[in-house]
Amino acid sequence: MPTTETPQASPNLARQIWQSILRTPISASTDRQRKRVVRDHIITHSRPIRVSAATLRYTHTWGLGGMSLVLVSMLMATGILLMFAYQPVPGGAYQSIVRLEQEVGFGQLVRNVHHWSANLLVFIVGLHLLRVFFTGAVQSPRQFNWIIGLCLLAGILLSNFTGYLLPWDQLSYWAITISTGMIGYIPGIGSALQNLIRGGSEIGSATLLLFYTIHTTVIPALLALGMALHFWRVRKAGGVVIPEQADEEFSGEIGHGPKKVLFVPNLLIREFSVGLILVAVVLLFSATIDAGLGDPANPGMSPNPAKAPWYFVGLQELLLHFHPTIAVLLVPLLAIGFLLAIPYLRFDSASTGIWFFSKRGRQIALWAAGLGVVTTLTWIVLDERLGNAGAWMTGVPPIVSGGIIPLFLWGVAITAGYRIVNRKYARCNNESIQGLFAFLFTVFVTLTVIGVWFRGTGMSLTLPWSS
Amino acid sequence: MKKSLSARDEPGSGEVGDPGRRSFLTRAWLLLGAVASVEIVWLLTNFLRPRNPRADSLDQSELLVAGPIDRFPPNSVTAFPEGRFYLARIESGGFLAINRKCTHLGCTVPWIASEGKFVCPCHASAFDITGEVINPPAPRALDLHPVRIENGIVKVDLRKSLQRSAFEADQVTMA
Repeated sequence: MPTTETPQASPNLARQIWQSILRTPISASTDRQRKRVVRDHIITHSRPIRVSAATLRYTHTWGLGGMSLVLVSMLMATGILLMFAYQPVPGGAYQSIVRLEQEVGFGQLVRNVHHWSANLLVFIVGLHLLRVFFTGAVQSPRQFNWIIGLCLLAGILLSNFTGYLLPWDQLSYWAITISTGMIGYIPGIGSALQNLIRGGSEIGSATLLLFYTIHTTVIPALLALGMALHFWRVRKAGGVVIPEQADEEFSGEIGHGPKKVLFVPNLLIREFSVGLILVAVVLLFSATIDAGLGDPANPGMSPNPAKAPWYFVGLQELLLHFHPTIAVLLVPLLAIGFLLAIPYLRFDSASTGIWFFSKRGRQIALWAAGLGVVTTLTWIVLDERLGNAGAWMTGVPPIVSGGIIPLFLWGVAITAGYRIVNRKYARCNNESIQGLFAFLFTVFVTLTVIGVWFRGTGMSLTLPWSS
Repeated sequence: MKKSLSARDEPGSGEVGDPGRRSFLTRAWLLLGAVASVEIVWLLTNFLRPRNPRADSLDQSELLVAGPIDRFPPNSVTAFPEGRFYLARIESGGFLAINRKCTHLGCTVPWIASEGKFVCPCHASAFDITGEVINPPAPRALDLHPVRIENGIVKVDLRKSLQRSAFEADQVTMA
């Protein structure tokens, strides 16, 4: 017989249950409580208790890494919802999307959020890559994390690519046809690789199922693992790269390193704000502008022009100027090789954590970027006017006249440019390597911009505003 | 390069935990692990390898019957959407079954009768009635399917696809 039952039995029990779930209170009003919040709750447990005060400034990282995480989370959430409606077979895919948009409550919104988050993610992740590089966060101890980041980038691009096919409309079908068509130009293994990726010799039901499984299961699993590893490595490196401080404000006591503040609330509130604003922006955009669905896929009729997804259009543009093997195999390999090599280059100086390393570095990078735009545009226009310039080299196979020779010329020009900058303008090679990177990046961006907006019917150069 | 894990430096001394046996077992484990990895990769590639290359397209167990010879006048091109090819009859009266996939990146090439050529909408490659490249960026002529004429009926073998760099006279099947 429970004689000890107090008059406050009910509130006691409720409080007991509540406290069994949250053994440490979430709200904190003392520093001690703030530290405990981080230590004792699963969501914040992976964060540090203290962060360097100098890294709090928004313009240090622009919150791009955090934004990427928010976008990936939104993609996974909307993706799961979409899986309830979508049918991964050629006969049903298109209709299932039409039904989703017209009959499912908020179906159009969910699809839009998924679509715009996916496109924005490629953009944000690209900016994040730029930020990491230009703040010098590629040197030890962050070298391998750059590599992990590149793997994540590959996963994101592959996810976008496989997702692109799923609506099974004209845009999807032909974009994937020509993108996988590019793979056929890889010598030797190209044909077999193309068949492996397509699940057959043609794009069909095997392709759709393959892409669907990769898109909904394989990549999300790999991304989750990769992100966990990526964040872990950031923690092990002591957080984001710390900018060199000239002034006293952020210096800690003598001999104790840079000043640190508590994660709660200083960084938490900043991250939360950025995340929330991002979600709001994506939602507003998705509520206004639809993802778009073209005509159902028709293997008998190719649209004019047929373009790859926008993040691969730069490669397609390159194909218009170089022999296919150069454009599809050599240049991408060189680009990937360069990206992978960056953390292991012999830099003259350690990173400063400051954007563009120094004032001179910023000037060099900006000039290099401008040069990248100008040389690319010139090359594209000249190539259009002169047409098949290699034709005068009779007897020379096209892979040499249209591939090896122009690539060699570009290589010589870039090497010479780098040497000149390194010797005459830069104080240390950190600045010249930045210049090289800025140059190459803007070349790629220019190719993409031309490919997206300046290629019209028959892939001819047209102004976007002329119909 | 082996490093002794125990304080003892002499392998094979017979004591418990002697390095010789331990390093042998370690290497045996690594070897088995490598073999297992290879087996898993082999299993996965076999699983994911495309099955029948034409599994998802039409049942190609038979030849496609195009029709009697007289249905196709010389210098004409007839589209067969279900077979994804065009039957071209050139001036000499010979037949070519031309695959409709552009050899550049795989778009479907329509026959433009008014211009007398195939023009690809994707990147403006152009081919003549024999499928020969008139305008780049296509790197080679359109693929062919073997044509058989039996008892005055034109039949096309869609199971085989012939790649060629240019048009040659012996590719034509005479009536």
